[in-house]
Amino acid sequence: MARAFEAVVVGVSTGGVHALQKLLGQLPAAFPLPILIVQHISADADGGLAKLLDDRCPLRVKEADEQDEILPGTAYLAPPNYHLLVEREGFLSLSADPYVSFARPSVDVLFESAAAVFGPALIGIVLTGANFDGSQGLKTIKQKGGTAIVQDPADAEAPQMPQAAMAATGVDYVVALDGIATLLQKLAARRSTIPHDEKGRDD
Amino acid sequence: MKTDDVEDVEIRLLLEGVQRIYGYDFRDYADASIKRRLNHWLAESGFDTFSQAQSQLLRSRSVFESLLRGITVNVTEMFRDPAFFHALREQVVPFLKTYPFVKIWHAGCATGEEAYSMAILLNEEGMAGRYRMYATDINEAVLQKAGEGVMPIAEMQRFTRNYQKSGGRASFADYYTARYDRAILSPALKKHIVFAPHNLATDGEFGEMNLVLCRNVMIYFKPALKERCLRLFDSSLLPGGFLCLGLKETLERRKMGERYEELAPPLRIYRKRYG
Ligand SMILES: C[S@@+](CC[C@H](N)C(=O)[O-])C[C@H]1O[C@@H](n2cnc3c(N)ncnc32)[C@H](O)[C@@H]1O
Repeated sequence: MARAFEAVVVGVSTGGVHALQKLLGQLPAAFPLPILIVQHISADADGGLAKLLDDRCPLRVKEADEQDEILPGTAYLAPPNYHLLVEREGFLSLSADPYVSFARPSVDVLFESAAAVFGPALIGIVLTGANFDGSQGLKTIKQKGGTAIVQDPADAEAPQMPQAAMAATGVDYVVALDGIATLLQKLAARRSTIPHDEKGRDD
Repeated sequence: MKTDDVEDVEIRLLLEGVQRIYGYDFRDYADASIKRRLNHWLAESGFDTFSQAQSQLLRSRSVFESLLRGITVNVTEMFRDPAFFHALREQVVPFLKTYPFVKIWHAGCATGEEAYSMAILLNEEGMAGRYRMYATDINEAVLQKAGEGVMPIAEMQRFTRNYQKSGGRASFADYYTARYDRAILSPALKKHIVFAPHNLATDGEFGEMNLVLCRNVMIYFKPALKERCLRLFDSSLLPGGFLCLGLKETLERRKMGERYEELAPPLRIYRKRYG
């Protein structure tokens, strides 16, 4: 039977480098779901963050390129100055559209496009951040039947983003950063009760 | 992945209708971005659903034109990605200077900021009067703005910073006159630029170009349309000509890539091989 979940999306801002190292560092190389990440980053940053995370985490981490195929065991970081989106055909796309929620890349853009494609098979995570990007996106994920995880604001370097997400929508789990990787592995192992995927890609 | 929902079907029908009535073909645009933009347009249009908008859209040119403006978002800036313009100056212009005259096609120029940046760069490198630039876009409203060469003064600080980082040799303030909240670009910059409508999804090539620049346009297209554009650029370029793409666009994994050499690797500047 197919897995209950097909992808994980993560939104993070202030304090993100540390938070991502911790979260991704605790996941095994064979983590069965793809992870798509928006970390707010300045427009002229180079690809250094993806490389740093790739060096320090068992998972493969890369900066997203246009038309990257979405593969399990891989974490994709939105490139500086572009929005990251998910296409139905199972690949990524980028856009140079205006800022959304004062950001490009914007967490809301990633979350909303991923929710449209993965529906209930999506896990959305909002981590530390000093703004409110991601709250609308997490709400959309919940509306489409997905699962929402928020870093416990008391545990976050900057609590505003988790707080804004919790104010915008009901969430399934509020967890300290340290507990998220374990939770994700549990969720990733869950089997769906109805076979939602006729193509049977997970067999 | 799940089956189509109602909105996806509505969007497909709408784009089909638009193509058949107005000839503008958006069916091969990547779904995720176009969906965002269409939803944005719908929210402002006053219609509740795409089906409801459809009947007006197919009958009223002005409704269609508002949709067209909504679909083709035209965000751009002067000297965007300064490192790219730096490489253009240092590594491409020396080759261009060996020709008595060069032709440049700037596809998807939006409101013209990149074309004017290129004109500044070429003029500073002593090529004034030795080039013609064809700057094209699908959206005629932005082309008109491009031709005017007037920008919000509030942008100038950022553009100046970009210009300096890109290796600019003069003072950026020499290129515009400030009037109230607007910056009017020096008319000398327009002299060798022709702004013209061109649709990459349906129109043909521009012959014998020495340089084709198309940045952050094909990221919105599905693979088949992207392929069409690249073929168009390839057949427009002379051997030894240059192809400049956006920082996240590449010829990697493409057959056409074999005929090109990458000049400044992360900056997506390619040179067409001879023979
Ligand atoms: C994000 S802007 C890129 C502007 C500029 N090249 C830059 O990178 O800053 C994309 C432009 O592509 C244009 N465009 C979209 N579809 C097109 C098509 N089929 N043919 C020509 N231009 C198109 C849009 O109107 C818009 O002005």
